[in-house]
Amino acid sequence: MKKLAKQLIFYSALIGVWALLAKLRIWPPYLFPPPWGVGHALWDGFADHSFWIGIAVTMKRMLIGYSLSVVLGMILGLAVSSSKFLEETLGGLLVSLQSLPSICWIPLAVLWFGLTEKAILFVVLMGSLLSITIAMEDGRKQMPKIYGMAGRNLGASGFRLFWSVLLPASLPFIVNGMKQGWAFAWRSLIQAEMIFLSLGLGQLLMMGRDLSDMSQVMAVMILIVILGYLVDGLIFRTMERRLQEKYGLTPA
Amino acid sequence: MSTTPQNAYPAALPTAPRPGVHPNVLRGKPACSTATLPLRPIAEVVVPKVALDAISLSYKTTSGERLLALDNISLQVKPGEFLCIVGPSGCGKSTLLHLIAGLQPQTSGKVLVDGTPVSGPGTDRILIFQELGLFPWLTVGGNVEFGMKMKNIGKAEREEKAQYYLRLVHLSKFRDSYIHQLSGGMRQRVALARALATEPDVLLMDEPFAALDAQTRDLLHDELERLRAETGRTIIFVTHNVREAVRLGDRVALLTFRPGRVKQEFSVSLPRPRQMEQTDVARTARDILDCLRDEINKSLEEEYADEKAR
Repeated sequence: MKKLAKQLIFYSALIGVWALLAKLRIWPPYLFPPPWGVGHALWDGFADHSFWIGIAVTMKRMLIGYSLSVVLGMILGLAVSSSKFLEETLGGLLVSLQSLPSICWIPLAVLWFGLTEKAILFVVLMGSLLSITIAMEDGRKQMPKIYGMAGRNLGASGFRLFWSVLLPASLPFIVNGMKQGWAFAWRSLIQAEMIFLSLGLGQLLMMGRDLSDMSQVMAVMILIVILGYLVDGLIFRTMERRLQEKYGLTPA
Repeated sequence: MSTTPQNAYPAALPTAPRPGVHPNVLRGKPACSTATLPLRPIAEVVVPKVALDAISLSYKTTSGERLLALDNISLQVKPGEFLCIVGPSGCGKSTLLHLIAGLQPQTSGKVLVDGTPVSGPGTDRILIFQELGLFPWLTVGGNVEFGMKMKNIGKAEREEKAQYYLRLVHLSKFRDSYIHQLSGGMRQRVALARALATEPDVLLMDEPFAALDAQTRDLLHDELERLRAETGRTIIFVTHNVREAVRLGDRVALLTFRPGRVKQEFSVSLPRPRQMEQTDVARTARDILDCLRDEINKSLEEEYADEKAR
């Protein structure tokens, strides 16, 4: 409760300073909208359903693109981590490709798929696939060797060793990779939507820009932050903390 | 101790001792004083439960040179026997257990169980690792049932047996707990129950009590002795604590420092139950320790030399 009180005070102060700056009219309101203007834009956006639709469209794309990259990333990560040859060849390529912002794929994606959902999904996939693959590979490497030995010692081998021992043993690392992958996918998706202009939160933001409505721009920015925090900060971090505690990775 | 049920063997197995293996208990250099040791010759000849036949292990170090870790180790363990292996750190005693468990191949020589060479891990030999290796994603019950699950034993039987072995180590109340909720001594007992539940012939224990406080360790010594009496398992127990070895073992094998060789074997005939604090246990331990001291010095010298070289 103490933490909540601190956060409450902090955010009230932040909005207070913002309101004060807006009230002083150092910058005109169309450049620096006041908090009540943004609040109004939020209200209007939800009232005319445009924000609801934007959230729904964005989340749907996110779920499809992210699920795809989790499945593919795990398969790829497993392949790379279980073959010395793939690790030395494909592994290096994956790491170097990760330095490429996924937005760089947009020209190719548009050329290959046209201005369609597929192109957006492709960009999301390229954004998160690599980080999930690399995290999966790292997880297999960092996993304490003792579990595999104990499993073999107790009579596990082949697929059962993988399924009942190696997979659960690397779960904390996998979740960490999924969390990273989510963050990358989220950024990629919003970027892609801003360029594609086909519904979604990214488009709402750009619409605000085109109408010079900075209140709407900031309202959408706040929405993006809140949604991102809800998934990353609440779902993933809780999952990660519980796992680490259970696996004895942190002093519980 | 020779009256355990595991003494019943098929007639086809050889009953004579293996050539090249001394039937006597005293081997190695006679330099150590042995006069005060409560020694007795091994009179009866039984097919060994586990026999190490000239085991050697060498590996390449990162600098490319070959290092001999274990050198020509021959040891025999009778069914139901409690053998303790002591040696300075770095003598390869843990590695030896890994070889017996089949988790790592030796460079030359053979590990025989009931006269049959070992070619990989098997549930007839269960190793309790120094770090235990309990699965944190499973409950205590899940850990104990794991080996049986791998053997495709049905759920009902698994649960019943797990309950039995958990009761044996006084943990039946903690069946649904997770490993991180248990104390060090309790984890140790879970590992013991997990190993016993797969019903191995041979229990391999790698310094299992090294990380525990003295009271918990004493308690677990008593429990191990009782479990052994109840289940009749053959036990090979690795430790660096000589007194612990004398407290528990029927026999103590002393390994030399790098490369690991069997320096000497001591038969401990002190009556059971024994206690760590007992004077005769302490005296026997001291005699073995005198013999071990040269090896410890060697290992320390090497460590210091490494430091100087740096």
